[in-house]
Amino acid sequence: MMYRLPVHSEEWLDRAATLRFTFEGRDFQGYEGDTITSALAAAGVATMARSFKYHRPRGILSFANHDSNTLFQVDGAPNVRGDITLLRDGMSVSAQNTFGGLARDKARAFDGLARVLPVGFYYKAFHSKRLFPRWERMFRALTGLGHVSLSAPRQTTPKRYGFCDVLVIGAGPSGVSAALAAAAAGANVALVDESLRLVEHGAAAGLVGALRESPSVTVLTATVAAGYYADHWVALASPEHLTKMRAKAVVFATGVIEQPAVFRNNDLPGVLLASAASRLVARYGVAPGRRVVMIAANLEAYRVCLELHARGVTIAAIVEWRSAPETDAAAAECLRLGTQVLNAHAPYAAVRGADGSVAGLDVVPVDTAGRVAAAVDGRRAQRIDCDAILMSVGFAGAMQLLLQAGGTTVFSEELEQFVPDVLPAGIFAAGRLNGVYDTDARLADGARAGALAAAHAGFGTASVDAGASTAAVARAARCPSHRFPIVDHPLAKNFVDFDEDLQVKDLENAASEGFDSSELLKRYSTVGMGPSQGKHSNLNALRVLARFRGAGVGELGLTTARPLYHPVPLKLLAGRSFNPERRTPVDADQARLGAVWMPAGNWRRPEYYAVPGETRAQSIDAEVHAVRSAVGLIDVGTLGKIEVHGPDAGELLDRAYAGKYSDLKVGMTRYGLMLDESGVIVDDGVIARLEEKLFYFTTTTGGSATVYRELLRLNALWGLNCALVNVTGHCAAFNFAGPASRGILADLTDINLGEAAFPYLSVRSGRVAGIAARLLRVGFVGELGYEIHVAAGGAASVWQALRAAGAPRGLRLFGVEAQRVLRLEKGHFIVGQDTDGLTDPEEANAMWAVAMKKPFFVGQRSLRILQARGPRQKLVGIELHDATRLPRECHLVIDRGAIAGRVTSVAHSRALNKSIGLAMLAPALAQVGRHIQIRIEDGALVAARVAGGPFYDPKNLRQKAGAVA
Amino acid sequence: MKILECPLNGPRPVSEFAYGGEIRYAPDPDTCTDEEWSRYVFNRSGSPGLKYEWWCHIASGFWFIVLRDTLRDEVIETFPAEAVRRGLPTPLPSGAAAT
Repeated sequence: MMYRLPVHSEEWLDRAATLRFTFEGRDFQGYEGDTITSALAAAGVATMARSFKYHRPRGILSFANHDSNTLFQVDGAPNVRGDITLLRDGMSVSAQNTFGGLARDKARAFDGLARVLPVGFYYKAFHSKRLFPRWERMFRALTGLGHVSLSAPRQTTPKRYGFCDVLVIGAGPSGVSAALAAAAAGANVALVDESLRLVEHGAAAGLVGALRESPSVTVLTATVAAGYYADHWVALASPEHLTKMRAKAVVFATGVIEQPAVFRNNDLPGVLLASAASRLVARYGVAPGRRVVMIAANLEAYRVCLELHARGVTIAAIVEWRSAPETDAAAAECLRLGTQVLNAHAPYAAVRGADGSVAGLDVVPVDTAGRVAAAVDGRRAQRIDCDAILMSVGFAGAMQLLLQAGGTTVFSEELEQFVPDVLPAGIFAAGRLNGVYDTDARLADGARAGALAAAHAGFGTASVDAGASTAAVARAARCPSHRFPIVDHPLAKNFVDFDEDLQVKDLENAASEGFDSSELLKRYSTVGMGPSQGKHSNLNALRVLARFRGAGVGELGLTTARPLYHPVPLKLLAGRSFNPERRTPVDADQARLGAVWMPAGNWRRPEYYAVPGETRAQSIDAEVHAVRSAVGLIDVGTLGKIEVHGPDAGELLDRAYAGKYSDLKVGMTRYGLMLDESGVIVDDGVIARLEEKLFYFTTTTGGSATVYRELLRLNALWGLNCALVNVTGHCAAFNFAGPASRGILADLTDINLGEAAFPYLSVRSGRVAGIAARLLRVGFVGELGYEIHVAAGGAASVWQALRAAGAPRGLRLFGVEAQRVLRLEKGHFIVGQDTDGLTDPEEANAMWAVAMKKPFFVGQRSLRILQARGPRQKLVGIELHDATRLPRECHLVIDRGAIAGRVTSVAHSRALNKSIGLAMLAPALAQVGRHIQIRIEDGALVAARVAGGPFYDPKNLRQKAGAVA
Repeated sequence: MKILECPLNGPRPVSEFAYGGEIRYAPDPDTCTDEEWSRYVFNRSGSPGLKYEWWCHIASGFWFIVLRDTLRDEVIETFPAEAVRRGLPTPLPSGAAAT
């Protein structure tokens, strides 16, 4: 059982400050400076969690926030990382993934069901579509990590942006040395480390102080470099925010991650990595146990034993996996102290005590290769009583970021470790990641990498020769890692992946089922896919796979974790949403007048104006009626508005649009239809010629940015003598339409509105309400109407003047929905609603807007081919018989049991007293008078009739003369 | 996020740019067959390698040409848009008109 040691001068605790907290409802206390995990350990809590699949008890493993055992639910927040989260007074902590609490977790029975939950269980069991929902519900409840409180307040964490010349990741001896070397060369350096504090390392003592004094080094602790993106953009996750750090060069001094040994019950609480025990003792004064067994396969094990011994912890035995281990001062000292060392022995099984945590270790002899004889008899194993087992059997390079950066690795047989091979420009590796283990060598390697990185960023004179980016410093002469720290057991429960509860046999079964490459094994077995992303499992899984295939680990290769490779709180990623919404100059006024908003491209537009006492349908109907009978006003400022200036302006439009504009008379407008190269309609608008060398035209609301950009590209490509100006934001626009519009507007403008002076489809400049304006006679809604374009600054005055003058004459503001009904009554299509990504002008009955005889326009050649082939579909008007059962947009037209088209628009028209729509039909059905059937929501078929021409005012008299007052 | 070197605006994050596709040369619409034209309109070569591409710096509306190694996602060189009419250096074949 773990316990708190007496005070030590180096520890990170303030024992004068006691903090109270609860765990699983029980009261505990710790000290200021404790993390959640260290405080629980000090209180003798061995079992801190239940595992993902079998609900086995779990405790401390890495004590470095690298495993998923010590995730807690804290004050309602899930997945709080106990290893690094500082204890606060009053914290309420509970375990996750339990049913009825940690101790009496009902799901612990799953541990006994391991045989019926084989690897790939989901794939094997979830075939049945019928049963899947049940399985899914059951497993969603059983597995998972913590509970998300749906009532938790939304936390927005603005992202930060950082810039530096050299980013050094990892503040061990090599990282600190690299940072100092880069700073010495004159570079601005950022040094990040996931640890809560910088730690002095023996021979590197004094460097941390030098670092603090260096003005050009920024040190970021408690910060994980969690993802590498193109051009040295690194995501730095700290507890409170995410920093997007842009560097000119990056030094990876990410070090190594200690790897567990794999033997039966290696997941029991009390079995932990030696480095975890070292940190517990040194920083938090917590002993891993009273009688400790060390499983050793390197000299690091002996150093940790001495640390524990110095603090009064009994080392019951050192189980030395190697038959002829090398020795050094620490190893010699261990022997001198009389510690029992069992050479050439391997752990066979950890023994579970009455409290569920470790009570002993069974060890068996191994051959010179470190392998347990196949016929070993577990009953003859030597049992060592203990209350903690430490594992010091090897390391894996923290290679994830380096792989994300595009670096390649090679497996070093001498080191039993992947080391960097070829690194991209501006990427450097140093220290243990680079296979360099001795402290002096790590310092030298760091200085080398730091100087090279600074030179790459333009500081100093270190030569960045080819090949110099990887080790120029000698790699370790001794192998710090065991070749195969894995022991088979007939009863299994020898875990390779603690996150996902994967045993050796699971991986072997996956491989024997054919998933025998590292990538396939990962996906099928889910090894390395848990919260720790394979930090402790990838290398051992590769070893198991290598043995299965009779191959070397180096031949199999590492998988690359996708960024972010280390879990970060979602709040860091969520941040604020940044979707700018455009608003027209009269937006605030519209809001006051009851606008009900809908999104339109980047804009918001009134769908309709709500009036107290009216339903939505009544309001829309009244808006339509006002336009038909009196006058209506709609804000159309969201339309794209572009000017093209220059002698070739007409030529540009001739080539870019399907119609002809170079022959348009000054003062006139013409409909503009834009096609893409395949002849499909992509946009439309009205093109006005204001002067010989100046055109002004509109695009759809959603298309303005792309149309403008494409016109710029075409202009650059063709090299015409003209220039484009996007005035979408500069200009406001209103459509003032209805039989009364002319009479009202006449009082507000100096422009002669007489039919002869200002006919349909012409454009005039003048003043409206004293503001300079361009007026276009348009007919989109099928009434006498004027589109009034003014500078945004004058928009509010014009809008107010029109409203004031119109009010006594029955003016009503109308929104997008009323406009859609009005144009539907006229049979006008909307690009993108009634047309789709395959509709050509022939199919949309818009060939009248296409000048095929022009020498060239975009889409012309394709249109010739399409015309020769004939339309695949036709857009037609339809009349619906039953107004109570209207189809909706996208409902399908059914002909003899097959799909023969779809409804694109539908509305009830009060002016016509019937329900109408547009439909895209198979050509055979697209004949006036033909009856069609449409399948509506409930599956019923409703009848409709194909109608010809505009439904309302088929001769277009109203918009031309405004004859009806 | 990648940094792209705009000939007008200098190095800017790639989110400020719009990609306009590979520069390809259209066959003469008056003399080519329907098949040739269809191939030009609908087929794109996905094979990686050195390619001339259209890129636009959105905020300034500036189109330019990028010679990019699409296998390594590395920009080799940038050119002003006029270069498409003057003719671009190899590896691209010269043709009548780009699109």
